[in-house]
Amino acid sequence: MSEARETILTLKDVETHFPIKKGVFKRTAGHVKAVDGISLEVYRGETLALVGESGCGKTTLGKSILQLVKPTGGKIIYNDKATERDLCRLSQKEMMEVNRKLQIVFQDPQSSLNPAFTVFGSLQDPLKTHGIKSKAERRKIIGDLLESVNMRREQMDLYPHEFSGGQRQRIGIARALSIEPDLIVCDEAVSALDVSIQAQVLKLLKDIKKERNLTYIFITHDLSVVEYISDRVAVMYLGKIVELAEVEDLYASTMHPYTKALLSAIPVADLDRRKKRILLEGDVPSPVNPPSGCPFHPRCNQCQDICKKVIPSLKKFETNGYEHYSACHFAEEQLSQ
Amino acid sequence: MKDDDVIISVKGLETFFYTNNRCNKAVNGVSFDIKKGKTLCVVGESGCGKSVTASSIMQLLPKLSRIENGEITYHSNEGDIRIDQLKKNGPKMRSIRGSDISMIFQDPMTALNPVYTIGFQIGENLQYHTDLNRAERKGQSIKLLKEMGIPLPEQRINEYPHQYSGGMRQRAMIAMAMACNPKVLIADEPTTALDVTIQAQIFELMDKLKEEHDTAIMLITHDMGVVTELADDVVVMYMGNIVENGTVDDVLRKPAHPYTKALLESIPVLGRGKNQVIEPIKGSTPDPYNRPKGCQFAPRCPFADSSCQVMPDESSISDTHSVRCLHPMEAV
Repeated sequence: MSEARETILTLKDVETHFPIKKGVFKRTAGHVKAVDGISLEVYRGETLALVGESGCGKTTLGKSILQLVKPTGGKIIYNDKATERDLCRLSQKEMMEVNRKLQIVFQDPQSSLNPAFTVFGSLQDPLKTHGIKSKAERRKIIGDLLESVNMRREQMDLYPHEFSGGQRQRIGIARALSIEPDLIVCDEAVSALDVSIQAQVLKLLKDIKKERNLTYIFITHDLSVVEYISDRVAVMYLGKIVELAEVEDLYASTMHPYTKALLSAIPVADLDRRKKRILLEGDVPSPVNPPSGCPFHPRCNQCQDICKKVIPSLKKFETNGYEHYSACHFAEEQLSQ
Repeated sequence: MKDDDVIISVKGLETFFYTNNRCNKAVNGVSFDIKKGKTLCVVGESGCGKSVTASSIMQLLPKLSRIENGEITYHSNEGDIRIDQLKKNGPKMRSIRGSDISMIFQDPMTALNPVYTIGFQIGENLQYHTDLNRAERKGQSIKLLKEMGIPLPEQRINEYPHQYSGGMRQRAMIAMAMACNPKVLIADEPTTALDVTIQAQIFELMDKLKEEHDTAIMLITHDMGVVTELADDVVVMYMGNIVENGTVDDVLRKPAHPYTKALLESIPVLGRGKNQVIEPIKGSTPDPYNRPKGCQFAPRCPFADSSCQVMPDESSISDTHSVRCLHPMEAV
């Protein structure tokens, strides 16, 4: 995997802060630093997973990339083979164009489909806005799409309530695919589904990716799913990336204590792998008022003085011939443990 | 299996729901035992009847449902009590519920009352079931919260649920459930709404309770990983029936029912790498009002044939392991 890869997205110090308004005059009392200085490259054709606990800013980052939430700082550069454009500085009209290439699949298939529209009604809107005028043509395209997500062509005239959760999620995927995007952000796309259905959707996502040469940004909290679907993983904690590595590499040589704890906490459905849990104390601190120094230090079992004062930067290492980034003062020591 | 280890036995339980003149056989003939100091995991997809089974034991069923048939026997110190024959809100049931058998719910935010302090809600349980006076109750509540690992319990006891984080709320609920040292703890998806790191804390706590108080735990989950970590015995449910029943080793190493096997093959397992094969179960769970004839899993089962049109009986494979299938899988 070491050959030169084409980047599709480059994030530079992306920040998304939400102001907290207080009092009669709506004075800004502070900021929720949901995404706090993230730099990252996404390569064409890969699946990049964003993992972390709830409240770590992974969904906000996904939405910031698509400009569904306006980032308050930094650059998001999208490379569509011809030009490179900073998504944060595009006019609305230009953004419409780019949106054709960037799509999202939401977590809850129930609430992301309009209950008053048939599937055809929901799916035809993106096609309409992107210039497919004849209805017959739209019906044909949508029929093909439904078949590509393993549903029947006739089902396009049914309403969302007539489908099961897994089917609805597949409709959501079909909608994202309808205008042939380059990159899809999957925001917890399988979390709300039953296990047997989850497998169907995961497999579908993997197959579609191969067929259409898509790039995924896969947001999830489930590290077992991550291992199955992704190429690289970025672990987030309190709005920052703490570790970024190839997936096998992350599991084999973990370089951040948070990732270690996270991995050990996952219940594994394999009797031969029952292991000792590394218990983290307490909860994720509030992103309004993050701890000084390393944001993870109050819960870290290897915390030392430097961790309380200096914010560790994301440093580049090399493990097993892969690039491996870790934001820990003692990243190399993690390997030897 | 010795009888004195069993604390609750359920035999042929049938719980039906009635809506719009239709009948949903949510639980359709379920039998199992909960043993002292052991964790029984009930696994299944949504709608398979696992939560209804738990509510039947607690007599917390909604009005439009009814236990039609079967026995739920609680083997208490004072002899056997038939829970299914007790009045839902009768004095006997109320004295058992919350003291001998208690329950943890999935979503702590909706299960806790937002207008009372945590301390009050824990103390309430003690007030009904023990003779402690007010000061003793307060002390006991603080002790419970401390055991659950909540920092500064003396202050936290006067706070309201919204001031707690998700993991702490769940711990407060466990504290409430454990207030009277119950013999049986029923946990209905206690960690589904929580992050994995918090989930690990809760599991550690439940393991501790089991060891220290010899509590029997009935854990309802849909996560095979959780089963692997915590269970001693496993019950796999599908569409209101138990399809497989056995110790955790029996069920996970030698799954006999095609459904169990398919379920295990459909989940990605951490540590097996990117190229692991996951095999989705085809189709989806049938409509409960329009059930298939015979074996409920037959339409999705790769091994089904015409003989599966009749509901198979339970057949035992070993002393601890039984399965409801005409074509049980060979042990590999």
